[in-house]
Amino acid sequence: MSSGEFKIKPLYIISSLVENKPGVLFRITNLFRARNFNIESITVGTTEKPDLSRMTITTRIDEAILDQLVKQLRKLIDIVEVEVLDINNTVYRELALIKIRAKDFTNRNEIINFANVFRANILDIGKESVTVEVIGTPDKIDAFKNLIIQYDIVEMARTGVSALSRGE
Amino acid sequence: MNIPTMSEMSGAKALMTSLEKEGVDIVFGLPGGANLPIYDALVDANFRHVLVRHEQSAAHMADGYARIKRKAGVCLATSGPGATNLITGIATAYADSSPLIAITGQVPLNMIGKDAFQETDIIGVANPCTKYAFQPRVATEIPEVVKKSFYIAESGRPGPVLIDIPKDVQQDVTEIQFPDLIKVRGYKPVVDPDLSNVGKAVELLVSAQRPIIMAGGGVILSGAFSELQAIAELIMAPVVTTFKGKGAFPENHPLAMGPIGMHGHAEANRIILEADCILAVGARFSDRSVGRFDEFGKGMNIIHLDIDPAEIGKNKSVDIAIVGDVKSALRTMVKMLSKKAIKNSSDNPWLKRRKELIDYFSENMKDYPREMTARKALKKLRELLPAESIVTTEVGQCQMWTSLHFDVISPGTFFSSTGLGTMGFGFPASIGAKAARPNVPVVDVAGDGSFNMTENSLAVSVLENLPVIVFLLNNDMLGMVAQWQRTFYDRRYMGVHQKSCPDYVKIAEAYGANGMSVQSMDELEKAIKGALKTEVATVIDIKIDPEEDVYPFVAPGTGLKDMITGA
Ligand SMILES: Cc1cc2nc3c(=O)[nH]c(=O)nc-3n(C[C@H](O)[C@H](O)[C@H](O)COP(=O)(O)OP(=O)(O)OC[C@H]3O[C@@H](n4cnc5c(N)ncnc54)[C@H](O)[C@@H]3O)c2cc1C
Ligand SMILES: Cc1ncc(C[n+]2csc(CCOP(=O)(O)OP(=O)(O)O)c2C)c(N)n1
Ligand SMILES: [Mg+2]
Repeated sequence: MSSGEFKIKPLYIISSLVENKPGVLFRITNLFRARNFNIESITVGTTEKPDLSRMTITTRIDEAILDQLVKQLRKLIDIVEVEVLDINNTVYRELALIKIRAKDFTNRNEIINFANVFRANILDIGKESVTVEVIGTPDKIDAFKNLIIQYDIVEMARTGVSALSRGE
Repeated sequence: MNIPTMSEMSGAKALMTSLEKEGVDIVFGLPGGANLPIYDALVDANFRHVLVRHEQSAAHMADGYARIKRKAGVCLATSGPGATNLITGIATAYADSSPLIAITGQVPLNMIGKDAFQETDIIGVANPCTKYAFQPRVATEIPEVVKKSFYIAESGRPGPVLIDIPKDVQQDVTEIQFPDLIKVRGYKPVVDPDLSNVGKAVELLVSAQRPIIMAGGGVILSGAFSELQAIAELIMAPVVTTFKGKGAFPENHPLAMGPIGMHGHAEANRIILEADCILAVGARFSDRSVGRFDEFGKGMNIIHLDIDPAEIGKNKSVDIAIVGDVKSALRTMVKMLSKKAIKNSSDNPWLKRRKELIDYFSENMKDYPREMTARKALKKLRELLPAESIVTTEVGQCQMWTSLHFDVISPGTFFSSTGLGTMGFGFPASIGAKAARPNVPVVDVAGDGSFNMTENSLAVSVLENLPVIVFLLNNDMLGMVAQWQRTFYDRRYMGVHQKSCPDYVKIAEAYGANGMSVQSMDELEKAIKGALKTEVATVIDIKIDPEEDVYPFVAPGTGLKDMITGA
């Protein structure tokens, strides 16, 4: 998973339009496995065109491997378009749900304060825990996670990055 | 305006019509429960069906056919075990970029996913070794799927495509249209190269003192033989090939140097180290051809021409990359070069060096001291075989000896399983090649271990009147493995002895073919002459010494400069 604190390699975001039909995701993930590509996240969802899905992949790899990855993806017949987004000219977001252990009032208050600073939403408060929704770049989510890790994270779910290049 | 034709027919019948429209004249296959409707439709089809004895061989036959015809070969199998038997052949074609259409029967749609009898998820199994795989879900899809399959298999970097057809889809009778045009929006092979890159390449070549051409399988796939020869002669560059590219350039040409690599020609492995500019055409810098990626081509300018953008920079970073079809790119290059003043003449120092290396190694590479050796046998075969004959091989020492000692004169008449190295490929593939070009002799240079794997194709050769010559270099050994055990495992043999079983003359006779055992060069000469005259498959069982090694040898993980010549 993402390790924002050790930023050894830069984050790359690959955006592609793929055929929206059965078996496509299998072909793509099988390519990663067979060619030993390391992937941080993949998201797939529908687009404005019913027969196309957008797939967004994030990865931290060397540039030479990135180049191979993109070329191999481009070779897949079910991939209609693929490009590496320029981070400086891209809007990208990830959503994380984090259930944090909060045994007493003080803990809970602290967590809620942190959440406010990060413009995160409190989705649920139970006797033992608080569940927070954070939306932002993976770095922001990492920063939030690093902050509240002292309270013990019970569970966490991250969506992976969705991205679009900025408008003209 | 193309008005689609329409009529009512079954999916299986639509499949036959679609294959006919693609110009298919032969298919290789074996029936079963899940493709019975296809076999029923075959009765009325206007192309030939060849019944095989094992589906693996059907795929190899279709592959051999494709490599000679330079259009897709077709094989058929039933679901489950029939389909999985095809896989070795499909993977072999994939590794060598050979266009193949594999058509499998599948259990009916409503049984898929129920672990039905003879159900295998063949699309899943075949995914890593096909260019694409289709499963038409309604009969009306079949014509479009077939058309797309041929287009994908034959264009760009060729490769196998699987069509998996559920039995009920074969049976459905409905109105079926045959499209004249199809579009695959996620597939855009590049043919014509970027001119500015070609221009840069030409500049580099003109300024090189010691240019060399490294021709790969892409030249053969593209059929760019005359273009390759033209450019070599224009810049007076020696031509080495990969093993897959063997025969892309006439090996008796004054500029030819033969294959490089692990078992490359010594002079070829040597001269490429001394070049200052390499023009690699349709070659993918495989570990077997270049040894160590980090050492190869150090300090030289490398120009890489390939149709597959993913090959550029995959194993080797290069100075100039040209993406496009070999034929189209070389034609452009020849045009540009013809306008330049080229200083290299046939008596320049670089070509003198070429001659020097050839003379040195022909002096120093000694044959194995026996009356009958693989080298002598292959030289004799070359002497007696017409230049236009087709030669293929099995895998192992037999294959490497062919690479070293059999010169391919007529371009495009040699092929072998090179990327996967599939034992048992050569014999069925030679039958496919014979079907593609019935008027020339076809020879499979075989090893005993490999031939044993698919020898039952003798039945096909005999019954279908597709006679080939099996030139069996019989060392009674899995010889290549034995050589590695001698070299790297201190002669601790394990699992390599064949113990004179079976008797290949009797095997041939059991199938109604000719079998001849030869011990001397005289007998060999008679046997080859006899085989060339007969109308039936001939197995020439040539007894050679089990300890004969293949040299030169570049051990894995080392560079071409570390070549062992065995002298
Ligand atoms: C026992 C054994 C020993 C071997 N020893 C050696 C050895 O000593 N030396 C050696 O070289 N090999 C050897 N091989 C073979 C080796 O494994 C590879 O298969 C071979 O080197 C690949 O050859 P190639 O680079 O020409 O690529 P191919 O596999 O033929 O690939 C063709 C390339 O051309 C491109 N291409 C295809 N069509 C076109 C077109 N129309 N236009 C442009 N480009 C195109 C493709 O994209 C691809 O990059 C050996 C194999 C075996 C089994
Ligand atoms: C299907 C398959 N199994 C195993 C191998 C590994 N292998 C490579 S060469 C070889 C020996 C081949 O023996 P033979 O056909 O007799 O040829 P020789 O080397 O003796 O000339 C083997 C087992 C292979 N290439 N293919
Ligand atoms: Mg042998």
